[in-house]
Amino acid sequence: MTVNGNIVALEIEPHRTLLEVLRNDLGLAGVREGCSTGDCGACTVLVNGKPLVSCLVLAPDAEGASITTIEGLAKNGKLDPMQEAFIAKGAIQCGFCTPGMILAAKTEDVPEGNLCRCTGYKKIQEAIREERRTTRPQA
Amino acid sequence: MRAFDYEEPRTLEEASALMARPGRNRLLAGGTDLLVRLKRREWTVDRVINLKRIGGLRGVEERGDHVFVGPLTTLDELAASEIVANRWPMLVETVHEMGSPQVRAMSTAGGNLCNASPAADLAPPLLCLDATLNVWGTRGERLIPLREFFLGPGKTALGPDEILKEIRIPAATARGCFIKFCTRRAMDLAFVSVACAAVGKDVRLALGAVSPTPIRVPPSVEEAVRRCSPIDDIRASAEYRREMVRVLVRRALERVAS
Repeated sequence: MTVNGNIVALEIEPHRTLLEVLRNDLGLAGVREGCSTGDCGACTVLVNGKPLVSCLVLAPDAEGASITTIEGLAKNGKLDPMQEAFIAKGAIQCGFCTPGMILAAKTEDVPEGNLCRCTGYKKIQEAIREERRTTRPQA
Repeated sequence: MRAFDYEEPRTLEEASALMARPGRNRLLAGGTDLLVRLKRREWTVDRVINLKRIGGLRGVEERGDHVFVGPLTTLDELAASEIVANRWPMLVETVHEMGSPQVRAMSTAGGNLCNASPAADLAPPLLCLDATLNVWGTRGERLIPLREFFLGPGKTALGPDEILKEIRIPAATARGCFIKFCTRRAMDLAFVSVACAAVGKDVRLALGAVSPTPIRVPPSVEEAVRRCSPIDDIRASAEYRREMVRVLVRRALERVAS
């Protein structure tokens, strides 16, 4: 599979999840393990551009897929506009939900599949609105 | 999760031969139910058979007087289908009440039906639309009307080697609605769900989460209340659910009549 633009070849046991492989084998600790049952969205990654919960993807099922984690969002040392917006609005409290929230926000206006246990939703919402306003003014 | 054997058959024949092997076999479609049950150890398996490498099981198409939905069509693909949106806006409405965007991008139409949850959200609208399931097995194909498919919680009419091949829906346009009654706006299970559809002058009604299986009932408040058999559980009492059937069925019938 391709992870953050790099081709990765791994031999893995079939009962492992994409989440485990990204965190444990590839050291991508920005992929968070929350509930591990698809409810909290903390493990959200982009699979072929779509946000999915990596805790419910069986690792062999991701064979050939292109995966983006929060570590792969910055381009040429420059943060993604959504990351910038979260920082500008202070839309981060403990930070645990932030990677999943930012990745889900790439395609959703209000990420309804992501929980923030700090309940800091207001600023998250403001950050997403701000990013939409500045990067796609016509939309 | 505990270790299991993993297979990626390329054809339905291969998949069904694997299902017929001894041991506890489970099919993998979207994985959003299977992986949760394996992690919680509600299910133990010897073999997981991933259906995603089999061609032709995904997508929505119209042929003759039916619309065919592949069982591996994800919920968001179902809602994005123009065929579905033009004929049955109620199905789009239903999908938007299910899971979260991340989950809708993974869960499949076939998985929602074959897991046979009493609260399966796709079941009530598809019961109203008179859906039939085309099922593939080692002895050949057969058709099972959705009304005869659910046998109990988690139980279906599928034989041990049988696999859902397509969901077929009569192409007639329907006006309808889906009301899912639950406490949260996303990622929640229904206490009660009601689907109501008018196909021409024929009004149809189906209920979810208030009996061992989703059920079609005659389109009347009294009949719906009489035929449901809700249970008491951590989310709501049987009495409350029955009362909500009364309220929601009335609303659904009024909405479809107007």
